[in-house]
Amino acid sequence: MSAGGAAAIRPMVGRDSAFFWEGTAAGELRIQKCNGCGSLRFPPGPSCPACHSFDQTYVVAAGTGTVFSYVVHRHPPVPGKELPIVIALIDLDEGVRMVGEVADVAADEIEIGMRLRVGFSRIDDDLTLPTWRKA
Amino acid sequence: MAGLSREAAIVGIGATEFSKESGRSELQLSVEAVLAALADCGLTPADVDGLTTFTMDTSSEIAVARELGVPELRFFSRINYGGGAACATVQQAAMAVATGVADVVVCYRGFNERSGSRFGQVSVAAATQVNTNGLDNAWTYPMGLGTPAATVAMQARRYMHEYGATSEDFGRVAVADRRHAVTNPNAFFFERPITLEDHQASRMIADPLHLLDCCQESDGAVALVVVSAERAKDLPQRPAYVAAAAQGSGKDQFVMTSYYRDDIGIPEMGVVGRELWRQSGLRPDDMPVAILYDHFTPYVLMQLEELGFCGRGEAPGFVADGAIEIGGRLPVNTHGGQLGEAYIHGMNGIAEGVRQLRGTSVNPVDGAEHVLVTAGTGVPTSGLVLSV
Repeated sequence: MSAGGAAAIRPMVGRDSAFFWEGTAAGELRIQKCNGCGSLRFPPGPSCPACHSFDQTYVVAAGTGTVFSYVVHRHPPVPGKELPIVIALIDLDEGVRMVGEVADVAADEIEIGMRLRVGFSRIDDDLTLPTWRKA
Repeated sequence: MAGLSREAAIVGIGATEFSKESGRSELQLSVEAVLAALADCGLTPADVDGLTTFTMDTSSEIAVARELGVPELRFFSRINYGGGAACATVQQAAMAVATGVADVVVCYRGFNERSGSRFGQVSVAAATQVNTNGLDNAWTYPMGLGTPAATVAMQARRYMHEYGATSEDFGRVAVADRRHAVTNPNAFFFERPITLEDHQASRMIADPLHLLDCCQESDGAVALVVVSAERAKDLPQRPAYVAAAAQGSGKDQFVMTSYYRDDIGIPEMGVVGRELWRQSGLRPDDMPVAILYDHFTPYVLMQLEELGFCGRGEAPGFVADGAIEIGGRLPVNTHGGQLGEAYIHGMNGIAEGVRQLRGTSVNPVDGAEHVLVTAGTGVPTSGLVLSV
């Protein structure tokens, strides 16, 4: 089932999240790191909830993780996507968690605990999405 | 008890018909519901000096006031976070009348949610809103996670994994709702019950959620009139006193996607529950009936746990054997809920709570002196304990 060529939904990008999307374009999965206390954090934000430092940088993740939960989205259509979509909530080995589309894993094959590895899907000049595959 | 408890009451309820195509504007729906609620308690628009609604509502307080001919407003407010706002509109109204900031506050919500903008579809507007909610949605919508059902399915799958819950456990909520709608002529699913087999046979929407785990999309409006406890004594209807009214937001809270905290779940409803029991001095065991927000069935189970009706992971056992159906130990959603009656963003559930205390529910629970009502789940939310 096709979304009929509708454009993919683009992320809203702000000052606090631009580094992440610049990272995907460069083939890196970047995780925010606090220069004040060293905490890693996803999703990112301007201040550290642990130490309240505004001095934030990032590390590049190894790009591997484990499925914490998942969804197989069958209805209704999603702009820019073919259905069904397998979407996972992934615990990265660095200790943060993020949502990602899983490619090349069948709806009846995805399971909690599955190991995944990130790749990058270039949508156009302005957007590259992280996409996960079986490790 | 000091504070807000029993200082205010819901004295009037009103609604339009619930349909799939109202054929009129959202503003007209809200105005019709407000007029019906005022007529229910013998008041007029000239008595109204406060209005409150959801941030999402498309009809502003001043637009509703203009259509009603309300001369002046002394209080107006909006609550954020989708259906999580429902019970908080009553909390706002109760605080306003209890403190004398206003005398007669009407809470309203009206929309063409089926014939107009459908919440079950992917909302590009939600993903592109220019605020922190839009920035938050950047971590899900572009990855294909963009419907309410899918965001709940992510929680439901983990809940099944952790506690051994099954799709049938979710289905028991749908069966109870639809059974209760059978006797409700205002329900879209009037006289149309389902079985657990029907639930299991319904198509998959977002695994593990079947179609019959998902609420309806509806057109309609509901309004509630709130006055002080003292004024309530002079009005014709039996007052539904606000024994407790609470809001709740949890650690690392997001809207529908609170996925980054250790225990994903809905701890924000635990915040609401603890505050409801503290304010009211009541306990879960004191509740003979509950109206639990049911946009998706798994969250009804998780609410029973967060509100203290059973322990973590014990809701599948709690809902077995018809326990949440009329005649069971805790009848839930006696109007048919948002799966059976209509999806009016939780406001129709508050009206049902009032009807239970008045003894006018289509499925009355004998001697109901208290009722628990909750608002939207997966979002910052709210709840009420209403008492005679």
